[in-house]
Amino acid sequence: MQSRMFFDFARRNVRLHWLRSMLAVLGIIIGVVTIVSIGILGNSLVLAISDSLSTVGDSIIVSPHVGGMGFGGGGSAPELISDRDVEQIRRAVAPLITIPVYSGSSRMKIGTEDTVGVVYGLKSDDIPILLELAEGTYLRGSSSAMAGARFAEQNDIKVGSRITVGDKGSLRVVGILEERGMGFDINPDYGIVVESRWFEDAYGPNGYNLVIVKVKDLTEIDEVKEEIERQLNRRETVVDVIDTRAILDTILTAFGQISTFVTAIGGISLIVAGVSILNIMLMSVTERIKEIGVLRSIGTKRQEIRRMFLYEALILGLIGSGIGGVLSILGGYAVSLVMLQTTEYLFVPSSLIYIVYGIAFGIGISLLSGLYPAWKASNLNPIEALRHE
Amino acid sequence: MEEEINAICSNGSIIRFHEVTKVYPLPGEDVVALDKVTLDLSPGDFVAIMGPSGSGKSTLLNLMGCLDTPTSGDLCIKGRNIRGMSDEELTVLRRDHIGFIFQQFNLLPLLTALENVQYPLILKTGSRECQDRCLAVLAAMDLDASLHSHKPSELSGGQQQRVAIARALVNDPEILLADEPTGNLDSKTGTAIMALLDDLNRNQGKTIIMVTHDPAIAKYARRIIRIVDGKITGTEG
Repeated sequence: MQSRMFFDFARRNVRLHWLRSMLAVLGIIIGVVTIVSIGILGNSLVLAISDSLSTVGDSIIVSPHVGGMGFGGGGSAPELISDRDVEQIRRAVAPLITIPVYSGSSRMKIGTEDTVGVVYGLKSDDIPILLELAEGTYLRGSSSAMAGARFAEQNDIKVGSRITVGDKGSLRVVGILEERGMGFDINPDYGIVVESRWFEDAYGPNGYNLVIVKVKDLTEIDEVKEEIERQLNRRETVVDVIDTRAILDTILTAFGQISTFVTAIGGISLIVAGVSILNIMLMSVTERIKEIGVLRSIGTKRQEIRRMFLYEALILGLIGSGIGGVLSILGGYAVSLVMLQTTEYLFVPSSLIYIVYGIAFGIGISLLSGLYPAWKASNLNPIEALRHE
Repeated sequence: MEEEINAICSNGSIIRFHEVTKVYPLPGEDVVALDKVTLDLSPGDFVAIMGPSGSGKSTLLNLMGCLDTPTSGDLCIKGRNIRGMSDEELTVLRRDHIGFIFQQFNLLPLLTALENVQYPLILKTGSRECQDRCLAVLAAMDLDASLHSHKPSELSGGQQQRVAIARALVNDPEILLADEPTGNLDSKTGTAIMALLDDLNRNQGKTIIMVTHDPAIAKYARRIIRIVDGKITGTEG
């Protein structure tokens, strides 16, 4: 009952000075909307990146081991992955799909134009597993090629175009690939894909540059990685084994940290709002010194005076954070729409939780700002307070 | 030592000053507001404290109201020595046993007349089921019921002082401390307020200690204590 009375008392005081109270509330609203909107934007960004990269998150990439290079040591090019190694990998990960990849870059002639591009050599059967077709067909015969989307666009390559690869011979383009975006395994957007037999004939059977293992169940990634390492790196490190999930995690963690940092900068606006609450509460204490003296003289304890002032800060925080929380949905919607051109990541728990954080932070800052004025009010000497005019 | 202190307080006085000194330390030189004052007030006393400005009247009243503590000496309120009491203990003693009446009424501006009276009772009991008690006290003060919902700024001086007395009485304290209770009232209203205090003393046995400059008001008291330079110089009555 006493708490209700003190709360009521605080509420009336807030209402008495409604203009300055509302200005302080406005500060809290701005602060909450800022941090929640930035938080939602950051989270939406992480989710969007996660979505765009998760298609390659199910792969293990085996590449030739790159040894350490000391100062001035230079180091030799790593040995490529042999057929025997690929067989060992295949056995180690069976029944998972193993895709060995040749790669190299070469000068190319398209019509009369010369250019440079990446050449990937893949078995015909493996190509549909890795790549999607935009037009034409997958490889037919060993002298056909598929062009990456960007490469085709930049060099005006169409289905039926001919590409001469260095002095290795001429290939007919049978298909254009769907744009794949950034990948951790292969990036065929700026190159061509040929049948592995053609690659071997052209460059010799030197070994594979990469072996991709497609994992069905993401939980078995570590186990599969260990198995490959155990089989191939038994005596010496022959291959490096990385999983795209780990790379993805690193990227997402980095984006998450950037998002947190930016949200923290947004939090400064809430701290400024807290300072404004501190200011008006100190004004309130100064204006009510005599009243505090009267309250003390008629039997109000110090802690009860403290509570009365903290309720005042709480009311400001509750109103500001409540309105800010509601408005931050609009804020989050607006920044998502402007920055990401989509709002699909707004109404997901990991984004909405920022509203809860924002409200909690707003109320917390308000209470924190009320602590010193409340302490000051409760420690006034009642006699001096009563004498105050 | 503790027994000695208790013995000092157990003489039946409702308020007892035993060689009480109050010194206010100031940068230049300490100010002795009360100098070894010894004073006994019995339950049911009606005392007026008179003296020139700066004589120590208010200090005496503040000490009686547990708003301050002596620098030395013993001060007993209702048989309890306040020496060494915590701020919270002093506040509870004040809330439960002492009522204050001020010259400037000092009602809480945000509360209505009725709420002003309810406030100390809620502080004490923690319950809002006190409407009857508050209404009865206000009725005893001859305050029209239509004024109960008025804010202090909407009441006349006399009405405000009646509410203030009702507030001081609501917890049924044994001691009423009044600091120039009629100082801000016209003589007619002042006389009415004094009649109320006189009635509270005579019929309800309240111990009233009143600080005043006005000899006409002091006549209502049954005892007048004169104080000069922090020392009691005489007692009449």
